[in-house]
Amino acid sequence: MAWRDAKASIVRLLLFMASIILGIAAVVSIQLFSTNLKDNIQRQSKNLMGADFIIDSRQVPTERAQAIIDSLQPDASEVKFVSMIAFPKNGGTKLVQVRGLEGSFPFYGSLDTEPSAVSGTYQESGGVLVDATLMLQFNVNPGDSIKIGELTLPIAGALKSIPGSSAFSSSVAPPVVVPYRFIEATQLLQFGSRKEYQYYYKVSDTINLKQLQDQLEPQLDLENADLDTHTSTTNRLGRRYDNVGKFLNLAAFIALLLGCIGIASSVHIYIKEKLRAIAVLKCMGASRLQSFLIFLIQIAGIGIVGGLVGSLIGVGLQQLFPYLLKDFLPFTLVISITPAPILIGVFLGLFMSVLFALLPLLRTWYVSPLDVLRVDEKASQEPTKIRLLVFGAILVFLYLFSLWLIKEPLYALAFVAGTLITFMILAGVALGFIKAVKRFFPKHWNFTARQSLLNLFRPNNQTVVLVVAIGLGTFLISTLYFTKDILLSKTEVGQTSENANIIVLDVQPPQLDSVAQTITENSLPVLNKIPLVTMRMHSLNGRLVNELRQDTTRQIRGWVLNHEFRTTYRDALTPSEEVVEGEWVSQINTNDPIAISISDNLADDAKLSVGDPVVFNVQGVLMKTTVGSIRKVDWAQMQLNFTIVFPAGVLEQAPQFNVLTTSVPDDASSAALQQNLVSNFPNVTIIDLRQVYTLVEDILDQVSWVINFMAFFSIITGIIVLIGSVRTSKYQRIKESVLLRTLGAKNSQILQISAFEYVFLGLLGSLVGIILALISSLCLALFVFKEPFIPSLIPFIVFLPGITLLVLVIGLSNIQTVLRSSPLEVLRREA
Amino acid sequence: MSKILKITGLEKTYTSGNKQLTVLHDISFEVEKGQTFSIVGPSGSGKTTLLGICAGLDQPNAGNVELCGQGLNSLNEDQRAQLRNKNVGFIFQNFQLLPTLTALENVSVPLELQGAKDATQKSKILLEKVGLGDRVHHYPSQLSGGEQQRVALARAFANSPSILFADEPTGNLDEETGEKVIQLLFDLNKENGTTLVIITHDLELANRTQQILKLKGGKIVTNQLTSAL
Repeated sequence: MAWRDAKASIVRLLLFMASIILGIAAVVSIQLFSTNLKDNIQRQSKNLMGADFIIDSRQVPTERAQAIIDSLQPDASEVKFVSMIAFPKNGGTKLVQVRGLEGSFPFYGSLDTEPSAVSGTYQESGGVLVDATLMLQFNVNPGDSIKIGELTLPIAGALKSIPGSSAFSSSVAPPVVVPYRFIEATQLLQFGSRKEYQYYYKVSDTINLKQLQDQLEPQLDLENADLDTHTSTTNRLGRRYDNVGKFLNLAAFIALLLGCIGIASSVHIYIKEKLRAIAVLKCMGASRLQSFLIFLIQIAGIGIVGGLVGSLIGVGLQQLFPYLLKDFLPFTLVISITPAPILIGVFLGLFMSVLFALLPLLRTWYVSPLDVLRVDEKASQEPTKIRLLVFGAILVFLYLFSLWLIKEPLYALAFVAGTLITFMILAGVALGFIKAVKRFFPKHWNFTARQSLLNLFRPNNQTVVLVVAIGLGTFLISTLYFTKDILLSKTEVGQTSENANIIVLDVQPPQLDSVAQTITENSLPVLNKIPLVTMRMHSLNGRLVNELRQDTTRQIRGWVLNHEFRTTYRDALTPSEEVVEGEWVSQINTNDPIAISISDNLADDAKLSVGDPVVFNVQGVLMKTTVGSIRKVDWAQMQLNFTIVFPAGVLEQAPQFNVLTTSVPDDASSAALQQNLVSNFPNVTIIDLRQVYTLVEDILDQVSWVINFMAFFSIITGIIVLIGSVRTSKYQRIKESVLLRTLGAKNSQILQISAFEYVFLGLLGSLVGIILALISSLCLALFVFKEPFIPSLIPFIVFLPGITLLVLVIGLSNIQTVLRSSPLEVLRREA
Repeated sequence: MSKILKITGLEKTYTSGNKQLTVLHDISFEVEKGQTFSIVGPSGSGKTTLLGICAGLDQPNAGNVELCGQGLNSLNEDQRAQLRNKNVGFIFQNFQLLPTLTALENVSVPLELQGAKDATQKSKILLEKVGLGDRVHHYPSQLSGGEQQRVALARAFANSPSILFADEPTGNLDEETGEKVIQLLFDLNKENGTTLVIITHDLELANRTQQILKLKGGKIVTNQLTSAL
């Protein structure tokens, strides 16, 4: 009977099914992708690191650390740092990451070069491997020279990939691999320069790396060094991508939810139309269970087939993800198909469609045989208790499924609550709008406009579902757009004001005047000369840092104890700072107690308050200070900000280096300045903030591409729900249109009525979506990014009419059949 | 007297699969202006098809229909709709009211479609005439069958039609209510001087019209005047 009944409504049932297919496809594709990613990371863990484990230190290893490193006999070592290089061939300069390598690193994976043979010979031949993209950008070839610091070396080949570098990190400072023995001659490892020493080890598989790590980690910690095994590194990497996966999963889940609401709404109308037939069946002796099962089996069938089709589409879709995320992945992703996500897809399809259709399905249970004579909608309604039970079941399932996706009970709860609130706001607005239209009905409007408004609350209308579907899609896209806007506006502020956009780092004190002169000779201003003094914390509040490191109950964050702070001294606050506690001390005299100013995040992490004593180790000299003030710092401002600022009069004689800033008007003057500086002062590092702005924009573009891709699922699901709704109401529309035509309405009038109706729906849905996005983005701007929010008009002038037009086109796509229907046939059917 | 409806050699055939089903065969008749006219016949005799073609709701395979002096065959869909809007009223067995509109709004529809400015006022008067002056703001679902048919009646006269087609107007009503509706129909018809074409099974009702056309198997059996003259 279920099949016989379904055959008659097969097109409608297929449309119900279409609502969930995309949601399932999204969930399955992301599940498969996450599984593949985890597998790949596990499988390629050694290749990703290139070794079994690494010991690294951000300073020349201490004597004890060196003893540990040597006792384990490293198979390769490396020192890496960021520096400027120049290509003498064309005078091009660029900030790169210099990797001075010794030994046959990598032991796993490969050093991929062009020509390929140079990966094995560059150490011996004394050539340099230069990032392939960089070579293309500066039009240099193997055999050309590269100037690194004071040394000029031949380029041996192009570096295509090396373990530990992703395309993404390479775009900031592309890698340049130099044989270790040349590093000293570059004279770049001077005081104050940031560098990292790494020692690579290859050990037999029988060695327990975890045990080794547990044993050595505490000792190395005390020496400001670190041990990373290939598994711990890949676990960290896995967790990072896991977070991306969780986010994408939730986005997919929203698309699925939207589809389910579409199903619930369509089934509601479907069952309502079947009530009389069900009453007839009951009159003929069908039990409540039998009549319920007829429709339950139909919906379950839709769910299983929808789940299966969605899973198959998901399998196809996941092939896209490696392309979408290729710049974020430090390895090539090998895709394989596992059965679990597909089974999950089928289960989801079945379970979610039945669960969401349960409420309308239950009506079949309560239909009275008496309804054959007269359908009384209220009489056949299920009891409130049952309705609440079903709602409860839906909420519990949503929570459990979100929990399974993100594994965090509180986040899952927040997600379900957030989703529920968004849906409720959208539905509330739709209901409120209907009520408002009823109450303040524009009686003076012309007939077609009024009739189209009336259609929004005709019996069996789907106004609420459509507003939710359209609104949610618009909300997702607009929020994304506004948020991107907030982030980009930060960089724009930096670019448009007269702020520094070139930062010259690592300027040694004797070079200070000549570097400044070079800048002014280029007709550029020297905006800041900032002295930098490096130091570590020796004790906090009277407790030694070494002691604190071993205290497992301490509340102070670990980084504070190991960090090499780059501090400065000055007598005034900068515009990006504000004292929130204590008093700013600008200058002190000899023998005065030293009152320093710390940033609020350091105060939190180090558990420091105003008046607390802190002793610093400044290049071997201990310096007693107290916290004089706590500053709120706007780290988002692209300028040099400091966690610790000393007053003037203390550090002037300490070993220091300097940072100079200037502002360049264009690329040409930036290139000229960089060339002058690099040729005269090879040790200085130049950061062109304008390139960083472009990079930030690129990153946001790529991230938003991925998010857009997920929003696309919601939009498409919304469109399918819309098509389903248009199809569901088709017969009613035909009936109304035919009647109007019988009474003398022209086709253009009928067309106008439908067009206005869809324009109202599209406008309402997208406007609510954009306004919600505006509110949520405003909250993000105020509370998260702490930025003023000037919303872009794009969502209003592009999304609003665009989405409305889309809704209109879909709505009117059906109207031709309506217009062509023979009035007599419809009137006869009614009779 | 002039002819308001003139049917000549009408043929209507439906195709079902490979089969051709002739529903109306060589139908010719005329209706005088202001006349009351009924079409009777058993189920499946082609009554509703004939009414549809007469009102321009459907097109014949052969033959001509002239309504209010205009040949329907030469008019397109919109022109036929305009002709109906100006000159034709309808009453259906199942009332066919728009569920989203109140009684008053339903009656206003034909006038609104014409762009008439006094639509509401005129509709109110018509509803009062059919005895529903106190139900103007009720929706169809809030009205009984008899009341709904009276709203349909008011709607049918709203555009002051020259001809009114009624398809089984009492088919869904009990005898007493049906009688009231019919009385109202004839009264309004007389008052407005409208031509009335009724399709019915009810011979008693047919006998109250001036002329009866009997159909059987898609052919005219008789077409004769009654004593109602």
